Amino acid sequence: MRERHHMLPVWFFIGLLLTTYGVIILITSIVDWSQPSQAILAQYHPSLWGGIILLLIGSFYVLKFRPRRSSGNGGK
Amino acid sequence: MVFPCTLAVAFLWQSPGRLVSLAPSDILIIAIYFVMVLGIGVYLRRYANTSNDFFMAGREMTAWVAGLSFLSANLGAIELMGWAASTYQYGILAAHFYWIAAFPSMVFLGLVMMPFYYLSKTHSVPGYLQLRYGESARALSGISFAFMTILMSGINMYAMAIVMKVVLGWNIHFSIWVSSLTVAVYVALGGLYSAIFNEVLQFFLIWLGALIIPILGMIEVGGWGGLKARIFQQVHSNDYVHLWSTLGTFSGNPMGVHWTGIVFGLGGAIACGYWTTDFLVVQRAMAAKDLRSAQLAPIIASYFKMVVPLIVILPGLLGLAVLPFKLVPESAMQPGLHSYNEVLPLMLARYAGPGLLGLGITALIAGFMSGMAGNVSAFATVWTYDIYQPYIKKGMSDAHYVRIGRWCTLIGVFLSIGTAYFVTNFKSIMDYMQALVGFFISPLFGTVLIGMVWKRATPKGGFWGLLAGTASSMAMYIAVKIHPAWIRYVALSPDAKDMAENVYRALWSLLICVVVTVVVSLFTKPKTEEQLSGLTWGATMFPKNEHLPFWKTPLFWAAGVAIFFGILQWMFW
Repeated sequence: MRERHHMLPVWFFIGLLLTTYGVIILITSIVDWSQPSQAILAQYHPSLWGGIILLLIGSFYVLKFRPRRSSGNGGK
Repeated sequence: MVFPCTLAVAFLWQSPGRLVSLAPSDILIIAIYFVMVLGIGVYLRRYANTSNDFFMAGREMTAWVAGLSFLSANLGAIELMGWAASTYQYGILAAHFYWIAAFPSMVFLGLVMMPFYYLSKTHSVPGYLQLRYGESARALSGISFAFMTILMSGINMYAMAIVMKVVLGWNIHFSIWVSSLTVAVYVALGGLYSAIFNEVLQFFLIWLGALIIPILGMIEVGGWGGLKARIFQQVHSNDYVHLWSTLGTFSGNPMGVHWTGIVFGLGGAIACGYWTTDFLVVQRAMAAKDLRSAQLAPIIASYFKMVVPLIVILPGLLGLAVLPFKLVPESAMQPGLHSYNEVLPLMLARYAGPGLLGLGITALIAGFMSGMAGNVSAFATVWTYDIYQPYIKKGMSDAHYVRIGRWCTLIGVFLSIGTAYFVTNFKSIMDYMQALVGFFISPLFGTVLIGMVWKRATPKGGFWGLLAGTASSMAMYIAVKIHPAWIRYVALSPDAKDMAENVYRALWSLLICVVVTVVVSLFTKPKTEEQLSGLTWGATMFPKNEHLPFWKTPLFWAAGVAIFFGILQWMFW
């Protein structure tokens, strides 16, 4: 979105949320590693992969669209 | 924050009959979502000061933001739960509501209709009708739209509360009030900015939260071939995995519909009506920063719409294949059984462990809340611009109308809550929505389209056409409710089922609207060429895209989605 008012772009908020979720899910999967859930195919550790993917997408958006003082336009 | 605390209380209150149990990490993920959306509302408050900001998000959205928001405004409760349920019930035929119902209508909006909406500088679809046909058509469509959005918002809320009760064991009143008050706060603060931000956010959550089902599901069944084999074992028929080959007769497919109904009723009347004239979605494209972005928004959305079946239709088919018990219609529910509407959460619970389950549930909640936010923000706009400003208080300051918009948001939410409590007795969420769409939206498509392409259409023609279309649709609906056997006249066959009735009723109401508009127009006085400038084909100058490379034009992207559509139809014929 255009930052007419120096508004933070929506992508930054998405990045923040996905990064936070990635960290939580990754930690949960590691803590529960030795006792997988009752879910079907839990042996593939989908939480681990899901956490990593969320973290990667989230941190990409946070870094790309983070507020930058020099440009003053929310990173675009 | 109060919301994490209340969610934690809800966690402790989960009843023993629930479908899934949430771990603390799941609760944390849900709580963070609530904090985030409220935080976004508070942050955006400072940017939503003028009516242009509050109602139109400053008209500064890029094509991508407007496009994702355009699509997400429609990914509410009904989309996610309803279509997964319909897939379990009707098979892959439900995908028609994503494919033929997405490609022609969204592309048509982008290429043909959006230039008139955008260039007329109107704030809403009823606003366009006022410019093209005058006050009576605007009043009729404004009031019917306000009524419909509140109904839809109430249905959304009710559906969410039921899901939260069945899946998590949450108290219905708790779900309704917490989610709706959150939506009320963030939309009242940030207006359309808030609604659009949260819709784009929800788009990501839906995809990331639900993708686990098709991925692990396909691993479990062994790919598309394995899925078809398992479905055949369950239902002893191949009808559930074919899109077109079973549509030659009404009795030859689980939906009880003929291909003419799908192509003309669904693709022509319902889909075009919904995607091109429902202000809830059109408002998102109108908020784009320029005409090209406004045209591209629905076309970008149509690409994503075509892949949404991965997370809605495929889970329904997987449910049919792998669930060890049969789901039943809502009307046949008994303790210990599960209804069609539970197929998506059941599949989520099947594959998602702690953490991912919380993400999936958050995606569902986000879908419900964003649908609700879309409805109340569109309601506030139409009420303020098309009912309050022209008929109640003219000529007030901009700040006054923004204040009214904020109050309307709150009132809209409370009316929706009232509707949610009222709506308790209907057999399928989707059928109910289709009836509503048929009443108001399909005739509206006829009125708007004729207004855009035919200079001779007159104000009286527009009004009477719209009224006749809407009234005839209601009459057909009531007639079949009173005499179920009359479905043979509305849907052309005694073998037709509910869905067929919906698509044909929409088609007839559209045709009735068009015929009445044309006939009345021929006998009444048209507007002058000057009055139609910017509103009608032949009286409007379009800006040229000559300086743009071909691959940046809306036409190029429309051609791409047409090819994509063709490939999908061929693959699943």
